[in-house]
Amino acid sequence: MRNILIILAHPNLANSQINRTFIDAIEQNDKVTIHDLYLTYPDGVIDIDAEQAKLSSADVVIFQHPFYWYSAPAILKEWFDLVLQFNYAYGPKGNALKGKQWLTVITTGGSKEAYCTQGHNRFTIRELLTPFDQTAHLCEMEFLPPFVAHSARNLSKNPDKLKHLAEQYQKFIHELQDDNFDSESVSHLQTLNQRWEQ
Amino acid sequence: MEHGNLLFDAFIYLCAAVISVPIAKRLGLGSVLGYLVAGVLIGPFVLGFVGDQTNVMHFAEFGVVMMLFLVGLELKPSLLWKMRGPIVGTGGLQVLLSTAVITLIAMYLGLIWQQALAIGMVLALSSTAIVLQSLQEKGLMKTSAGQSAFAVLLFQDIAVIPMLAILPLLAVTSPELTVNADTSQAGWVKGLIVAGVIAAIIFGGKYLMNPIFGFIAKSKLREIFTASALLLVIGVALAMQAIGLSPALGTFIAGVVLAESDFRHELESNIEPFKGLLLGLFFISVGAGINFELLLADPLVVIGLTVALIIGKFLVLFLLAKSNKLAKPDAWLFSVALAQAGEFAFVLFAFASTSGVLPTGLIGLLTLVVASSMLLTPLMLIVNEKYISPRFATHKKEQRPADVIDEDNPIIVIGFGRFGQSVGRLLLANNVKATVLDHDASQIEMVRKFGFKVYFGEGESAELLHSAGADTAQAIVVAVDNVDSSLNIVHMVQKHFPHLKILARAINRLHAVELHRLGVNEIERETMASGAELGAKALVALGWQSNIAYRTSRLFKKHDDQSVLELAAFNGDEHEYISKTNEARRLLEETLKQDGTWQHDADEHAWEKPGKLK
Ligand SMILES: Cc1cc2nc3c(=O)[nH]c(=O)nc-3n(C[C@H](O)[C@H](O)[C@H](O)COP(=O)(O)O)c2cc1C
Repeated sequence: MRNILIILAHPNLANSQINRTFIDAIEQNDKVTIHDLYLTYPDGVIDIDAEQAKLSSADVVIFQHPFYWYSAPAILKEWFDLVLQFNYAYGPKGNALKGKQWLTVITTGGSKEAYCTQGHNRFTIRELLTPFDQTAHLCEMEFLPPFVAHSARNLSKNPDKLKHLAEQYQKFIHELQDDNFDSESVSHLQTLNQRWEQ
Repeated sequence: MEHGNLLFDAFIYLCAAVISVPIAKRLGLGSVLGYLVAGVLIGPFVLGFVGDQTNVMHFAEFGVVMMLFLVGLELKPSLLWKMRGPIVGTGGLQVLLSTAVITLIAMYLGLIWQQALAIGMVLALSSTAIVLQSLQEKGLMKTSAGQSAFAVLLFQDIAVIPMLAILPLLAVTSPELTVNADTSQAGWVKGLIVAGVIAAIIFGGKYLMNPIFGFIAKSKLREIFTASALLLVIGVALAMQAIGLSPALGTFIAGVVLAESDFRHELESNIEPFKGLLLGLFFISVGAGINFELLLADPLVVIGLTVALIIGKFLVLFLLAKSNKLAKPDAWLFSVALAQAGEFAFVLFAFASTSGVLPTGLIGLLTLVVASSMLLTPLMLIVNEKYISPRFATHKKEQRPADVIDEDNPIIVIGFGRFGQSVGRLLLANNVKATVLDHDASQIEMVRKFGFKVYFGEGESAELLHSAGADTAQAIVVAVDNVDSSLNIVHMVQKHFPHLKILARAINRLHAVELHRLGVNEIERETMASGAELGAKALVALGWQSNIAYRTSRLFKKHDDQSVLELAAFNGDEHEYISKTNEARRLLEETLKQDGTWQHDADEHAWEKPGKLK
């Protein structure tokens, strides 16, 4: 059994459709923890030591957030800036995160089609997530293909589809937890979602 | 004392108190009435267990002296200074007007002006013992009414001094009325002596008492500390008596001076039981001293005079309350509370009789009137509380009875002082409807105008909370400014309204610890947040970048809150607990030191290092 830490960054969970549904679907136990950054740090003052302690005991770190301006809500950036310290997360002595897995779970307003060279967002999700990918790489973490929920507005009007996605997410957490998932098998995928579309 | 056996008498008095006071409290009558009735019962006219009360009363009056010492302890000099207006203004007017009214009535009843004036002065004074004890017991001392009443009582204490000087001049039977040069010279010297003694009390209290008490406390002998506390009070009282001032006034001054001393709480807890017992004894002796033979001989005269006295004083007080713009319930409470004659009357009548101002027969009658008015005070306070003040408090409710249930608000704020107001204003500004409870009526009338649903009364009563909608509310903010009542409220809410989320204002660290231990976890210490905030601004003023200063200040507060939680989780004996408190202080100091010497490394790796909370 592996420890899963879900770092959630949503500034208004009460009005959220997608992220809220995802979070509600997750069964928390002593191996799966949801860590809501905006709830824990309403003033944005992040406690570096507490965060590092949480990270150290996790085997898989899931960053779940809505896609804001092709990136994460502000608090997650502050979190990176403060918590991923030199000689902790990277640097000659920085191997606290080495070998852990990184999963980004995002929800986007834009459709799947919009995220390609011809689409009006001009870049693919993977391209836009390269800063996250490289951050994971510098920390010697394994960056898994992201799990993406596109077209948030439409999705919120389609409860069956939303429920289906939430279940996929929840099941995948189980797989990660039980360690019976072979990351090699998805490493060639653009997004994790493609795993179920195959 | 007829029986001449001290132990037997003590047994009787204690028995009477132990039986009647709890019953009286249980019936909601208050301890004062319990004592008074006990006194009547054991007195010479009912059961006859105890005899003449003059000596007992004289002794027991010392309870009043102790009470004023304790009141003084709670009153810092700066606070007293702020009250100077009401003390001189309201107090002075009360004494002057009441004296005038009573004098006129007495003259109308056929007394010569000298006697009428003497009676007027004496009866203008109210009973510090009864008023303060009753108001304290009901937790009303801090209300506008309580504060005003206290100001008046304090002035009366001062007014006794000139009265003692004037009374002999009113003598009708004494031939020596002319003031000779000798006296005026003595008066001048006396003035100096008085000033000297008061200065000595202030100086001694400020500079000598702390080291002396510190030395005594180090001996770790509790009874010696108690003895020295008593010695202090008795010593000051004797000094004041020696120079002809009221001992109560002297100990009050000593109390005020010591209000800022480190030993304030120890003094308080040492004197408190003595004060309680002596005051109880005093009330019993008043009850026992009521001369029922005289009453039965001339019931109409006694009752008539008592009623006239109370109504006369009440009207004067009510006039003053109105001109001071006290809110209606406050005005009633203030006027009802002070409408009796007081213990000074016993002393002053005795003095007036020896100075040849008043004849003994008249004094007997008047003493009975005084005692009756004192006996009636607790009853009148109950009537006021039960029937008069609710009329003002439920004013709104009566107008729109249907609204009460529909509008039940999700949150209740108890205590609407500076702290509660900040909470309430934030809620209201965001359209969150709050029900507010406070025991200060004038505060209430003001905030009602702004759309708060306000209830008058003590938040400690489950009954009141029930009518304030506690059954349907979701959360309650306990923002009272008193540790004991805060804890009482929390207990009561947990017992009667377990569904309510409790959020509490903590007065200090220990209070926060106690709240945590009761399971209340949403706590803000009242000065911590704003202190830390201003601290951050101070750092900015010294050139820090504001976000770093803010972050530092937040982390500092977080650490401090954490240390309170740890303290609360610690279950040890008191000794360990205290060393734990010291431990917390030491820890805090260390953090401060670290924070102070921490140098921000301007490296490229992160804009701030970890370890600030360690
Ligand atoms: C400030 C802000 C910026 C956003 N930027 C993007 C964006 O760059 N690309 C995108 O596809 N959607 C963007 N959105 C839409 C959100 O991603 C979308 O509303 C969210 O994923 C819905 O999830 P929720 O129901 O959990 O809130 C943005 C929304 C906000 C409020």
